[in-house]
Parts: sequence; C-alpha cells; structure tokens
Amino acid sequence: MTSTVPRPSPARPALTALRDRALRLAELVTTPLLPADYLDLIHPLRAGADLRGRIEAVHRETRDAATLVIRPGADWRPHLPGQWVRIGVEVDGVRQWRAYSLTSDLPRTDSCISITVKAIPGGRVSNHLVHRTQPGTLVHLDQATGEFVLPTPAPAKVLFVTAGSGITPVMGILRNRTDLSDVVLVHSAPAADDVVFGAELRALAAAGRLRLVEQHTDTAGLLDAAAIADLVPDLAERATWACGPVGLLEALEEHWAAAGLADRLHTERFRPTVLVPGEGGTVTFARSGTTLEADGSTPILDAAEEAGVLMPSGCRMGICFGCVLPLREGAVRDLRNGELTTAAPGDGVLVQTCISAAAGACDIDY
Amino acid sequence: MTALQKKPVNPIAHLSADDIELIGKELDEIRQGVIDGRGEADARYIRKVIDVHRKLELGSRAVLLASGFPPAWIVGTIGLSVAKILENMEIGHNILHGQWDWMRDPKIHSTTWEWDMASPAAQWKHSHNELHHTYTNVIGKDNDLGYGIMRVDEDQPWHPFHLGQPVWSFINACFFEYGIAAYDLELGAVIAKKQTKDPEFRARAKAVLRKIGKQVAKDYVAHPLLSGPNFVSTLAANFTANIVRNLWSNSVILCGHFPEGVETFEKKSIDGETRGEWYLRQMLGSANISGSKAMHILTGNLSHQIEHHLFPDLPSNRYAEIAPRIRDLFDRYGLNYHSAPLPKQVASAWHKIIRLSLPNGWLERTTPRNLPSQLVTLYKMTTGGPKVRRRLQRLLAA
Repeated sequence: MTSTVPRPSPARPALTALRDRALRLAELVTTPLLPADYLDLIHPLRAGADLRGRIEAVHRETRDAATLVIRPGADWRPHLPGQWVRIGVEVDGVRQWRAYSLTSDLPRTDSCISITVKAIPGGRVSNHLVHRTQPGTLVHLDQATGEFVLPTPAPAKVLFVTAGSGITPVMGILRNRTDLSDVVLVHSAPAADDVVFGAELRALAAAGRLRLVEQHTDTAGLLDAAAIADLVPDLAERATWACGPVGLLEALEEHWAAAGLADRLHTERFRPTVLVPGEGGTVTFARSGTTLEADGSTPILDAAEEAGVLMPSGCRMGICFGCVLPLREGAVRDLRNGELTTAAPGDGVLVQTCISAAAGACDIDY
Repeated sequence: MTALQKKPVNPIAHLSADDIELIGKELDEIRQGVIDGRGEADARYIRKVIDVHRKLELGSRAVLLASGFPPAWIVGTIGLSVAKILENMEIGHNILHGQWDWMRDPKIHSTTWEWDMASPAAQWKHSHNELHHTYTNVIGKDNDLGYGIMRVDEDQPWHPFHLGQPVWSFINACFFEYGIAAYDLELGAVIAKKQTKDPEFRARAKAVLRKIGKQVAKDYVAHPLLSGPNFVSTLAANFTANIVRNLWSNSVILCGHFPEGVETFEKKSIDGETRGEWYLRQMLGSANISGSKAMHILTGNLSHQIEHHLFPDLPSNRYAEIAPRIRDLFDRYGLNYHSAPLPKQVASAWHKIIRLSLPNGWLERTTPRNLPSQLVTLYKMTTGGPKVRRRLQRLLAA
C-alpha cells in the first residue's frame, strides 16, 4: 500500500506566504515590539493571538462554587465533553495557572465555554475565581485536553461516581451526550445544598434522563466503595467513570480490580499531588541530563555548578536575574526570606537559581 | 572625586562593623516589606505604563505621517520623544532588571523583553545588572564610571588627551544608545587587546549590528516611507526624538553616580565585602533627583537612584514610598543622603567632567586675575612631556 502525503490546496501556501511577508513588513515598523503587541490593545481575542478568553458572566452555583462563562479567543478548538482546560489568571498580580473541567452546555452557550470552580479552603486561585472575579476580566487559556471522555457510540449502560467538584466533568458530559440512555450517577457531597448543579441534576433525574443517588456525607458518612455495589446492583454491566478526591478514586480502583472490572473503570484526578516541601531534595536538569542531591541551604546554582552543569549565572546575590531558569515541577525556597515557590507540570515558573534552594524534588528545564 | 578610602576625612569612619550590619538588617526588612505588599495594584501600574507608552507611540507616529505640516511635526516629535523616554526608562530598564518577573507574565519578563535601544537586552543586562550593579562605583571594576572613556578620579593621572573629555562626553550623550551598545560589547577593551577576531565577540557584535539595523530601518526607512511625501520631515522627527531620548537618559544616568559628593571605592576595599557593606557602598555611591511625580516616571524612577541601587529588583513604583524610610536611616547613621533637583545634579555632574578634564587643582585655583598664567601652565602641561606634567602638577597641587 502506498501512502500519499496530504497536499495542501494550492491557494493556501500563496496566501500564507503573502501573510508572512505582510507580517515581516509590519514587524519592521513595530520593532522591538511585535505587531501582535499593538493588536492585543484592540482585539485580544482575535485569530492568531495568544489564546485568551473574556469572562462574560459569573453564576453562583452553591455557597462556595461558581460557574464562569468565558468567551474564548478565535483560535479555540472545539472540545469534547469531559475534557478540562488550563486557565491562567492573575491573582494578586501574579499569573497562576490551574486546570478546570469544562461544563459548557455546547449547543446553548453562544460559542462560550464554561468552567465550574469550587473554592477550596485556603486555595488562592479557586477562591479568587469563585468570590472575586468580575465579568470583563481577560484570562489566559490553553486548548482543552483530557481523556475523561465517553466513546462514540456510547456504552449501553453507564455509571458515574463523583464527589464534590468531581461532578464538573460529568456535568459537561450529561449536558452534551444526549445519546446516553441508561445512566446512574452516584454523587457525594456534604449536604443537599452543597451539591453543585443540584437542581439541574434533580431535574434530569425527574425527567428520567438518569438515576441519581446522592450521598450526603454530613449525615450519611463518606461514600464507601464497597457500598456502591448495593446502590447499583448491575454495576458489573456498566462502564464507569469516576472523578473526585484521590482517596475515593484509589478505593474505587482497588474495589473494581478486586471484582475483575479494572478495565471498566475510568478515573480523573482533578487535583495535583499535594506537594510537601522539605529541606533539600533531588534536582533534575532534564535537558542536560544531570540529577543531583541538593541540601536546603545551598543555592541550586552552586549545587548544579558543583555537579558540573554549565549554569547561566550573574551576580549570585539575587539582583541581576542572569541565572533565571524555568522550574517545571517541584518546590524551591528563597534563601533570603524562606518563601516557597512551587510549580506543577506545565507551569515552568521562572526561578532565580542563585538564591533558591531545593525544597523537595525539583525538575528544572535546562 | 577621590576613592573614599583615600579621603582625608572618611565619611564612614564613625560606623562600627555592627552599625553596618544593623543597617543591612534594616534594609533587608524594608525590602521584605515591599515584597510582602507586592500585588495587583503594582501589576496594574506597570501594565498601565506599557499601555500608555504603546498608545502614545502609535498616536505620535500617526501624527507624524503628516509631518510636513509643522504643528504635526512638533506634536508628533514631542509625543514620540516622551514615548521613547518612557519605553527606555520606566519600562525597559526596570523590566530588564527583573522588577516585574514576580508577575510571571512571560510578556513582561526580564528574560523575554526587548527594548527600543541599540544594545540588545541580553548584552545590556550583563554589563548593567551584573557588572555595574554588583561593583557600583568601584574604580577599575564598574565601567559605568566614565564608560571607560573618561577621567573620573583625581588619582588617574591627567593627560592632555583628557582636555577633549567635555566634547566627547557631549557627543556620547547625543548618541548615547550607540555608546551604550559599544560599551556593552566592551568594544574599547576588545580592540585594545586585539581580540576582534574572537568568535564569541563576533557573535555578540553581529547581534548588536542586527539590532541596530532593525532600529535604523524602523526610524529612518520604514516610518519615513509610510509618510510618503513627508519622508524627510518624518526622518528628521524620528532622529530628533532619538537625540532627545539619548540626552535625557544620559542626563539621568549622570545624575545617578556622577554628581560631586558621590563616593567611589578602591578595588581592594570590596574583598570579602559583607551584605551590610555592599548596601553601604550603594548608599554612598548613588545620588537622587528631587522633583515631581511626572519627573520620577520619566526618569524611570532612577530619580530614586539610591533606593534603586539598594533594591534593584523591587518594582520602581515603590521607590518613592520607601524613600522617606531610607532617608531616615541615612540621618540616624550620620550619612549624606545625596538629593537635589535635576538641573543642579546635571550641572554638578558636568562641572565634574570639566574639572577632571583639566589637571588636578587647575579649575579650583583659576580666577579671572590669574587666568593668563594658569593658561600658560595648562599650555605647557599640554605640550610638554610627562616630566613637565608631573613637575607642573606638583606646583598646581601645592
């Protein structure tokens, strides 16, 4: 069998070439800035811009959860129900990135997307989004991604097990996958009022779209993986998707595996592993292929140089920023004030290596 | 000026080692206070300044499309000059210092920013942030002292060559951005050491030439062409705006370290320097400019040079707020907080340039009455050999 490389239509390369030339001319006029820097003043959501979104509305769901309706930039690609999006938002002037499940009701949202956020106690970003976000705010976006997606055609019988804000990707699915015929949803929340989308879920149940089992943990205690079999007798016949705290998901995985149903269970962990910063740790420089042990009082710069890494460096006292490198994952401590900086995968937080010590395992992009 | 260590009355002789460490501790606390309070209002500030700059530059360039019409030329040139000053001073200089890196905005970050200046950001960051800010006012280490082309210290022997110093200082001021580019390249030293073929130098020189090419193409080709029949007048406007910006930034920078009374330090005095001693050197080696809020913004808050040198990575909009506390610290420890209005500081700096262009003591001892005989002495020192110079210098200093 021969394969052919798909050929772009002839009009397109000419057009692209023309556009490239125009762009280069425009750059000649705007240098050292880019034409985009000026266009962003006028139209930050245009095609070709960095992907952003404008918050159009904030709807309160419960006392600590809210749905943000976001108009994404022109380059936003359609997502599948159940996927999540990384959103970059300025909290106290600092850009913070977090991932949230998309809850958009696709046919009814006027080309907007929505995410639903539950404020975590002490969570800087979630509390900001739920309690202090104003319509009109620009946020930064990545394209939607995620594997928590139902296949097409849909399985005949489906079970969702969710807890807390774990309902959000499932709500995205329930709103858009009208091809689901036999659905059971077991949802756990502290009380009836705390159920995010409570009214909508109960309405769906009343309309016969799903069987809803609510577990209110304030009165009934935590959801027990083993007890789900009692609530859902035909559990073995159902393809199951579960989203919630790590503890619940681990219990479910264990239980499903014991029942020989491991391949019927799909889980989504929506909160990153909790990072416990310690004193010192293993520092990995992925690109230069070096791994070293650094203690909590030695600047990463010094430790890396000791280990033979050719580090960028400058004043070595934290003022010149000649040594800044992206921390891909991990935690570092500012030796001057003890302040911690943490990074989750994808963050690439830039840190000054000359005044930062490892405070746990660190993965540095260098 | 004479290095602090060689002065007959050392202005820090009254400070004990403990005092110096206490000063350091207090400054660390002030620094931490600002860091703890950094937030949304600061982020809004820098974004606002960037926004104003972009709109002002865009508007001014639009007005200059009609630069053949004299009022448009005047308005456009003033607007563009102010825009360029804002871009270099409050925006570029401070972002490249990493003052806004804490916002984690990749578009306003010391590692990604590029500015409207002949010198590429990366090279400037090395010579400015690393060398100048680390070795501030240390003779032989801080090349900002005279940019390697000036006599900045009485201890440097006078040579007839230095007579031209005021002239080339002024030429350097007019074309300051190119002077900075050459200086960041260490062009003088490279030529002196015959290292112009060094591949590393060549790569850096190429980067500078590429940057200058783009800058020149923008101001002297692209925008004039866009103006059509007003090609020449737009070119003249852009040239004028660049000169205005250069003269302004040069003046501000002269005011920072060059006025009379600002201290310099001997090379060996910084061996084993503690954090407190480093702070003290920054305190004594910098001078402020007093004035209005607009003036502070147009100087990129380098009018708070003392505060900037103590905390080069704190957001510039916070310097004014901590200045009274810094001043109080100076007072309590009996140190001279050097601050004066812009014209006074500029005059003081130029007075020093002129004074040092002449043999030590010449300017101080010249009066209208002895002018003829002083001129004869100067003539002899200029035309005579080193021996004559040394003999006459002794007489002048006596």
